[in-house]
Amino acid sequence: MRVNGKDHPVPTDTRRLLSDHLRHDLGLTGTHVGCEHGVCGCCTVLLDGAPVRSCLMLAVQAEGHEVTTIEGLTQHGAPLHPVQQAFHECHGLQCGFCTPGFVISVVGLLAQHPDPTPDQIEEGLAGNLCRCTGYASIRRAVVRAVELSPK
Amino acid sequence: MKPPRFEYHQPSTLDEACRMLSDLEDAKVLAGGQSLMPLLNFRLARPAHLIDINRLGGADSIHERDGGVVVQALARQAQVEDSPLVARVCPLLTAAVRLVAHRVIRNRGTVCGSLAHADPASELPAVLLALGGHVVVRSTRGQRTIPAAALFQGVMETAIGPEELIVEAWFPASGGRHAIAEESRRHGDFAMAGAVRAGDNLVLFGVAATPVLADPGDPARGLQPSNDLEATTDFKLHLIQVLTQRVMAA
Repeated sequence: MRVNGKDHPVPTDTRRLLSDHLRHDLGLTGTHVGCEHGVCGCCTVLLDGAPVRSCLMLAVQAEGHEVTTIEGLTQHGAPLHPVQQAFHECHGLQCGFCTPGFVISVVGLLAQHPDPTPDQIEEGLAGNLCRCTGYASIRRAVVRAVELSPK
Repeated sequence: MKPPRFEYHQPSTLDEACRMLSDLEDAKVLAGGQSLMPLLNFRLARPAHLIDINRLGGADSIHERDGGVVVQALARQAQVEDSPLVARVCPLLTAAVRLVAHRVIRNRGTVCGSLAHADPASELPAVLLALGGHVVVRSTRGQRTIPAAALFQGVMETAIGPEELIVEAWFPASGGRHAIAEESRRHGDFAMAGAVRAGDNLVLFGVAATPVLADPGDPARGLQPSNDLEATTDFKLHLIQVLTQRVMAA
């Protein structure tokens, strides 16, 4: 499987979840693990460009696929991804635990709807839980991310 | 939380998958995994064998047949949601699939998987029943068609045998008046109650062990929805009336 542009063998332990494989075997701890049953959205990663829950996939299932985690959105030292920049500018995070999942979900949302309506934004954020921000600043960050994204 | 131990199988053809289902004791089919993986993570399901059908070739198409839409085993819910064909032939299915969890879940989850899982609060079984559709299941002994009316038998129980696999679902066109409405605590959550209308048919979901055909004039007749953390029996009976009015006004 390809993770953030690098090839990796899939684990031999077939019951290894993709989320655990990313964190424990590959050291990519930016993917967070919250509920481990698909509700909280913290572990969201891109699979061939579309956001999916990495806790609801076995790592072996990613063989032959391209996985992008929060670490892979931008090169080390390069400017932040527009969605990350927007979260930064709009204070779209407080404790940050849910942030990687939100950022990846918003990347997926903007790939599907480059200029989302307020309803599409609400729906796009509905699959991720945040206990700190009350979502208003996250919603603002999505609007800002649209402005920052290359047209 | 980690899934329990299982032996993992990755068939590359339908025949191989059917052979495995017939040969292996206590095997579960893994498609989108959006219902089965949580059950494994919670260890509520402990199958000895997991048959991952995601590598089957040519099993993910959506096409028109007999005035309806065929959705094959590996067609993702997001694919159905975005399909212009489904929007044209069976807009009720498009509307319903948008209510299934969240887009991130729909990117993996399959329509056939949702039918096989048969959660009583799930939208797609109710839509299949309201439209009078069917599923086609296959095993080493051959293929058979199960009409929606005979498919759902109890909470997460279907007429699909342990050695059978859904290869496709057929949704008739939703040509006449149609609507789906549900109430949930948050968008994307399982519904506390829901209603689907397709022509003269009214189907309620989330209020009994399976989706049920109901009389639009007296929709709650014979129903005694269970009390749970999200809604009391009385509240669900109230929702049945409100949701029925909403879909019958469509």
